[in-house]
Amino acid sequence: MSTTDHAASERILRLVLPVAALALGLGLWELAVQAYALPPYVLPGPRLVAQTLVADWEVLSTSLVATLVTTFEGLALAVVGGIGLAILFNLSRPVEYALYPYAVILQVTPVLAIAPLLLIYLPQQGAVLACAWIVAFFPVLANTTLGLKSVDHNLTDLYRLYGASRRQVLFHLKLPSALPHILAGIRIAGGLSLVGAVVAEIAAGSAGAGSGLAYRIAESGYRLNIPRMFAALLLLSVAGIVIFFALSGLSHLLLRRWHESAIAREG
Amino acid sequence: MALRDVAKSFVNGVVALDGLDLDVRRGEFVSLLGPSGCGKSTALRLIAGLSEPSRGAIVWDESGTAHARRDIGFVFQEPTLMPWATVARNVALPLTLRHAGASKAAPQIAAALERVGLASFRDAYPRELSGGMKMRVSIARALVTDADLLLMDEPFAALDEITRFKLNNDLLDLWQALGKTIVFVTHSVFESVYLSGRIVVMTPRPGRVFKELRVDAPYPRHESFRTSADYAAYCRLASEALNQAMAAAA
Repeated sequence: MSTTDHAASERILRLVLPVAALALGLGLWELAVQAYALPPYVLPGPRLVAQTLVADWEVLSTSLVATLVTTFEGLALAVVGGIGLAILFNLSRPVEYALYPYAVILQVTPVLAIAPLLLIYLPQQGAVLACAWIVAFFPVLANTTLGLKSVDHNLTDLYRLYGASRRQVLFHLKLPSALPHILAGIRIAGGLSLVGAVVAEIAAGSAGAGSGLAYRIAESGYRLNIPRMFAALLLLSVAGIVIFFALSGLSHLLLRRWHESAIAREG
Repeated sequence: MALRDVAKSFVNGVVALDGLDLDVRRGEFVSLLGPSGCGKSTALRLIAGLSEPSRGAIVWDESGTAHARRDIGFVFQEPTLMPWATVARNVALPLTLRHAGASKAAPQIAAALERVGLASFRDAYPRELSGGMKMRVSIARALVTDADLLLMDEPFAALDEITRFKLNNDLLDLWQALGKTIVFVTHSVFESVYLSGRIVVMTPRPGRVFKELRVDAPYPRHESFRTSADYAAYCRLASEALNQAMAAAA
């Protein structure tokens, strides 16, 4: 077998095997639910979950949109804030020394514990957004800070030799050089922003037109509507997967011409 | 251009240079030859204005003022290219930083790439090039401002021998065609003899000039010079001087 055939068959296996494992798992689950005649409020079978997903689509899709909007707003604020603060740190040592410890504290304090406090001082939507921002912002800040510091020393010398201004060094040298780090940070932040939004929605726990998927899960739990809990959970993980792949795709698109991480090697 | 009694020590206590005197004449190809860590690179950085001498001065003969920043091209040991930019944009860097307009810069970039034989690679990215080609891009970048003085810090040390010989020849051709002044740092006796009209042998740390050797073989030099008896004799002389320099310091 030639190497290209080998690579192709391996690619197919990597696609087929997870799907087969999923089908097997779902089959066993459905079988067990049927065999033991489990009532839906104990454990619904996958078929019922799928039916619920379709039947409740109107409610669930509204909630999905609400959660996604929060997630992307949190991510956007985290990207702007994280990169902005990292640039500020890079330009001024004293500012970095003064503020970095608090960025770390914000990161290590569990967001689940901060959420109830935020809900006291902020309107509900604001508090949810703040939670998404808090958890998503640190990876962007930390990675950008590292990236801005990891510039090739010879290139820095070269820019000095040709009399580059601080502005030119930042925009022509430091930011492009930090781009792979920044994108890695954003990829982590995307998933975390969703986590932050979910945590805050569950902590908020009150009903409203703009309630997100996590709120639907909590609400359905109180009503013993277990199939809907599963359906909402399914949507949440699909959303997480889509966000991850979208950001990975963005990263690949921006780096494909020059960075080692985006280059496929043969052999 | 001259260095007068230049010393450089670093905060960590290392004395890289002490009492270095060096004259470089216009249009000359001079090599600084010495063992690793003898302050050759430090001397080059001082000339470039990338660091300041702890004592002594760098004198530019026309104006006579110290520390006059000249138009200088610098080639590092590594190609030092921006991986995110195309070959043309890498070469354009010195012009971009000086806010030269694109229309004005384009012919200069094309000419610099032409001189190093990479005209057809202008839109390639550095990772797509071999080590020797990357170094050519680096040389094109140093040439693009038409600087009179080229400082080269062991530019070919990381290349294989075949590529290095080729680039040695090309560099000599460029030097003859353009009439630049080149200060070339190397730890290779063979390379210094092949390229330079004058070799400055330096002592290990703290670096000083130990001896100067003239290489009077006429230019243009070609591969035939590499195998000539003259070449071998100059190599032996330079080698002996280098050994003495190291013994004197030990």
